[in-house]
Amino acid sequence: MTRPSRTHPSRTRILRRREAALPVPPVAREVLSARPAVDEGRPPLLLVPGFGAGAWVYAEHWLDHVADRGYPAHAMSVRGHGGSARARRAGLRAYVHDVVQVAASLPRRAVLVGHGAGALVVARALARYPAAAAVLAAPVFGGRLAGWSTVGRCLVRNPVGTVPAAFGGPLRLRRGQLFSRQLPAATATAYRQRMCRAAARAQWQLLLGGLPEPPVGDPPVLVLGSPDDAVVSTAALNRVARRYGGAPLLFPGMGHALMLDAQWREPVEAVLDWLDKGLAPRD
Amino acid sequence: MSMGHGGGARGDLRAAYDRGETVCVIGAGASGLLATKNLTEHGYGVDCYDRETGIGGAWNWRHDRSPVYDSAHLISSKAATQFPDFPMPDTWPDFPRHSQVLSYLERYADHFDLRRHIWFGTEVVRVEPVAQGRWDVTTRSTGGVTERTHRYSAVVVANGHNWSPKLPSYEGMDSYSGEVIHASAFKDPATLRGRRVLVVGAGNTGCDIAVEAAQRAATCWHSRRRGYWFVPKYLTGRPVDQVNELVLAARLPPRVRQWLFQRVLKLAVGDLRRFGLPAPDHKVYETHPIVNSQLIYYLGHGRVTPVPDVARFDRHAVELVDGSRIEPDLVVLATGYLPQFEFVDPDLLGVDEQGRPRLHLQMFSPRHPSLAVAGMLQPDAGLFPLVHWQTVAFARWLRMREVDPDRAAAAVARFSPPGRRWHDARTKDTSRHWFETSRISYLRALQRLLDELEPSR
Repeated sequence: MTRPSRTHPSRTRILRRREAALPVPPVAREVLSARPAVDEGRPPLLLVPGFGAGAWVYAEHWLDHVADRGYPAHAMSVRGHGGSARARRAGLRAYVHDVVQVAASLPRRAVLVGHGAGALVVARALARYPAAAAVLAAPVFGGRLAGWSTVGRCLVRNPVGTVPAAFGGPLRLRRGQLFSRQLPAATATAYRQRMCRAAARAQWQLLLGGLPEPPVGDPPVLVLGSPDDAVVSTAALNRVARRYGGAPLLFPGMGHALMLDAQWREPVEAVLDWLDKGLAPRD
Repeated sequence: MSMGHGGGARGDLRAAYDRGETVCVIGAGASGLLATKNLTEHGYGVDCYDRETGIGGAWNWRHDRSPVYDSAHLISSKAATQFPDFPMPDTWPDFPRHSQVLSYLERYADHFDLRRHIWFGTEVVRVEPVAQGRWDVTTRSTGGVTERTHRYSAVVVANGHNWSPKLPSYEGMDSYSGEVIHASAFKDPATLRGRRVLVVGAGNTGCDIAVEAAQRAATCWHSRRRGYWFVPKYLTGRPVDQVNELVLAARLPPRVRQWLFQRVLKLAVGDLRRFGLPAPDHKVYETHPIVNSQLIYYLGHGRVTPVPDVARFDRHAVELVDGSRIEPDLVVLATGYLPQFEFVDPDLLGVDEQGRPRLHLQMFSPRHPSLAVAGMLQPDAGLFPLVHWQTVAFARWLRMREVDPDRAAAAVARFSPPGRRWHDARTKDTSRHWFETSRISYLRALQRLLDELEPSR
């Protein structure tokens, strides 16, 4: 038996001193919802955006599409993002708290969907909430698993936008990192202008933090991404997928922002097909 | 009641309907719901029986066995009480009221779709062991006659330990002219209005009722056997259990912590002898913490009169041990509860002469570990998280039993002898403190068990 360590935790720690001594302070959170016309008892999807993005990135296309396919859809902004309350000193634990709070407020066990660094937030939330299933889209995991290769790629492609983030400044991704050429330039610019920044502490934790604890309740996990993603390498994608016992689902020709790019329909269709297959409503 | 056990060679021909790998959970209160959710999450079928028609057990004030009263709020704060994988809403106060706890349990049951496993209005009559660590559970509809027997692979007893009143027997109590009730029968504070009330017992319930009486009754006497430490609900503007956790995080030795906490209480609460209360005859942590900020306030305002223990009752008065006599017209006995397992042979729970069950890790039956009691703990912080991990550990233990029964038996036997205490202070040896548990010590023990049962990856 291998000894559990901070970077490769293989067990659930049940004595959580920090969480008991210093609970995360409450904030007002933005949640955008779209409900299917007929509720057929399917699990709700909770869509969690990455660092710098708010619920609006899902409201653009995915939210309505998910509801049209019969799944209640909720997109949220973690604190300091989108329409949620400001929180300049927040860390990953506060973001995880936000996700678990919204998930637990839904009437049924939710499917957690995280994108980019939001996938890491979701992966951590899986250790604090037994989700019905989870989807990690273009996951940016911290530390050894994928952190350094992601940072390296960003530094090479976009040194001006990346270097400040290493000193607690904002991370500014370029159009070519986020979107494919098929997305009109004006649209891409508008999207980029709506981006904000994550808290400096959360950025540091993303870079240096350990791996998430194992999920509770053994949910099925789907990892997806694009081989042409300029932020997350295919190797990093494979490493994350392997951790959850599978291979990533790939969508060639797409940029990092899978839910905003021109071909946004393909990944969300794949996610819903995967859910249809695995999570048929029980009678 | 005598029952044969272990052999499975029962003479009668009652047919037991075999439910295969399904596990039986007795009670749909907080502990029963946690057991049901965690067992189903680990792939087990569950039949949960509850004698009432709704969930919530003790927390459902509609239930005749519920001990909650109008002003009952959580003693430990929200963060220390909520389930580790289903937090209470951010918008709730630090110390939710009992009705909020019930709605929390109801949301939990709906969120994880637990109601379909629960058989309401069904009480368990007998639980008997048969071969291979399996169990015959006999049920009947509450108050009914017809009995049905099902066979299960394991049983979780979650019937609660705060419903069967522990009544003191004072001389002459039966012929007292005033009204004498147990705290379990106290629901509505309006019943106190304008009356002369004696509250017996200075546990958390007794203090809460004394505070209620201080605001409504004409006179309130509060009788206690010994001096206690009163812990305020807030210190430095934070719930006191969170402050305590901060101190615990410093990993001081228990004795130093005890000394430090005692100093802090002397500063924050002060010398209680000024209010006519006896000084505590024990160190802090040695009895269950009394968390109440209001009692001292009302003592100082003369709304509560502290009195010593009751000696005897005569027809019209109550005589106290110091010889003084008072004439209350309502006596509320907040003297606690005793565990009751009328459906199972006491031997299976290792019940000793005093009536205290002695279990492995305060949950596993010393005879057959496939019988477990969930939630029979009185922790120094929130109870629910401990029960959550108890039931997760039980589900994992069942899994290991399927693969490697010997290793499973050894994993539980490590916590011998049954009845060991999980506490780092020397607690008083009264039935009040049978189940006194330190959160940290107990979680550490459960972590060891969980690590042993962890499926190898």
